[in-house]
Amino acid sequence: MTATRIGLLVASVVMVTVPLWVPGDYYISVCSQILIYAIFALSVDVLLGYAGLVSLGHAGLFGLASYTVAVCLGAGLGHVTAIVTAIGLTLAGTAVFAALSLRTTGIGFIMITLALGQIAWGLAYRWVSITNGDNGLSVAHRPAPFGIPLDAPSHFYYATAVVFVLAVIATWIFVHSPFGASLKGTRDQPRRMTALGYHVWLIRFYACLFSGFLAAVAGILFVYYTEFVSPPTVSLTSSAEPVLMVISGGSGTLFGPIVGAILIEIVKNVASAYITRWNMMLGAIFVAIVMFMPDGLVPGTIRLVRRLLKFRRKESPAAAIEPTSSGPVP
Amino acid sequence: MSIWGVLAINSITFGGLLFLLSAGFSLIFGLMRIPNLTHGSLFMLGGYVGASMVLAYDLPFWLAALIAAVAMAVFGGLIERFLLRRLSGSLLAQVLVTLGIAFIVADFCLMVWSGDPISVRTPSALVGGTRIAGLFFPTYRIAIIVIAVVVAAILWALLDRTRLGAMIRAGVDDPQMARVVGIRVSRLFTIVFCLGAALAGFGGFMGAPILTVYPGLDFDMLPLALVVVILGGVGSLLGSLVGSIAIGFIYNFGLVVVPELAYFVLFLPMVVVLVVRPQGLFGKQAP
Repeated sequence: MTATRIGLLVASVVMVTVPLWVPGDYYISVCSQILIYAIFALSVDVLLGYAGLVSLGHAGLFGLASYTVAVCLGAGLGHVTAIVTAIGLTLAGTAVFAALSLRTTGIGFIMITLALGQIAWGLAYRWVSITNGDNGLSVAHRPAPFGIPLDAPSHFYYATAVVFVLAVIATWIFVHSPFGASLKGTRDQPRRMTALGYHVWLIRFYACLFSGFLAAVAGILFVYYTEFVSPPTVSLTSSAEPVLMVISGGSGTLFGPIVGAILIEIVKNVASAYITRWNMMLGAIFVAIVMFMPDGLVPGTIRLVRRLLKFRRKESPAAAIEPTSSGPVP
Repeated sequence: MSIWGVLAINSITFGGLLFLLSAGFSLIFGLMRIPNLTHGSLFMLGGYVGASMVLAYDLPFWLAALIAAVAMAVFGGLIERFLLRRLSGSLLAQVLVTLGIAFIVADFCLMVWSGDPISVRTPSALVGGTRIAGLFFPTYRIAIIVIAVVVAAILWALLDRTRLGAMIRAGVDDPQMARVVGIRVSRLFTIVFCLGAALAGFGGFMGAPILTVYPGLDFDMLPLALVVVILGGVGSLLGSLVGSIAIGFIYNFGLVVVPELAYFVLFLPMVVVLVVRPQGLFGKQAP
């Protein structure tokens, strides 16, 4: 527990001081991007890690929020109206997504979310009168909450950090609540949960709504961050990225997706400075992680370290009695 | 001929191509329980390989088609044997590996064949039109329809009339029992994967004169295959055939009637089927 507290403290200090020691505006922006994707990864993790449902269509929800903000602002509405509409529409969209996808679970869920995500992409690409097709929509200016304009990268970073912290707290409460426990129950033992009188479908549906809400928050931050949205935002690649973040960091934890988001975004930004083949690299990382570290880099590394420690302890028989199971990450 | 007649022919042609794509997809899904997300990539890669054979090496059209099919069968076999086999038992990992490979293939094709669409000339014997019952039909499209019907017939005979087909059906229905009675299900996996990949590659090349081959073709076709299987039911040949033709019509008519929502109209049959019959029209099991 103390280790967790120290970790949290260090993380908060690092997060608050980022604009002070990071060299240059570009890197501050990269940090904002990491936080946005961390929220998006948390959204995917709520379903993947806690409900056992893998969504490959989350970019559809993320993009719906982004596009709604852009369209509302384009129509001359205010920021508050745009944000509220975006959250409302995305929740409605999530409800439709969930109602259809939850007709099945497991592989069927993956397939249907993928198809729905691609249909959302098709809409972004083809519905030119609303989305401006391939050219995308741009957002004229960022909002100024409490009179503080967010145009400077460091200002935007702090705004994103505040939202990020709120999102993490909300997710923490969500997964540690009795509801979160019942959600994990539906992941591990759906039949027993039904027998105990839980409405498994409804629990999953609410989890989808919460996940959709987080995706909407990330999508809204994203459109203000780039001040632009176009069909690639809704593509399968951007649905796959948060899934990769969750899997690489370790699913079913809050820490994992955040670490995954940091890793993948750094790789993406560093790699894009040297090579232009991000998609190939994304695919290669995907294959490598699934093949060699199926439970994620964080638990995988912990397991590796434990195995090494155990290996060393084996030499002194007195310390050989040690629980071998690699428990969940704190 | 009226615009609607032309559209109907185009729809059936597109349905035929979709059948070549989705029959293998559906069989793989039925047997291995995973949606093979590289299937669209195999379609595109088959198109590129075949087109290169015709354009760069000046090979005859049908030889190029054969090479495309064989190349994709080998590629599919390698994926199955060296990646999916190692992950047997973990469905999610298998799906994610196929997704990763799909990204790699997409970028590889962009690197090798650049971003411009590649078109293949229609084989000279099939240029022009054919007069059937007083109406004039484009010959190449008729040929695709005939090929799709022939492939459907061969697949049906293979699955329904041969020993191998009986083993595959047993594997689809109950893999554990099939193993118990001595069927080597893992070898069936490889055979079916190769077959499905070959069909997808062949379909990609057959589609090249009509659709052209372009970056993004893979993820244009993949959701169509998904929707066909959701519609027709997993592991059902008849389901893929009916689903393909239905989606061919809906997609093509959608493109003309509501061009902005062409992708969105695919959503409607999917919604209806999922609500009324989640296992698909001809499926036995929910996907």
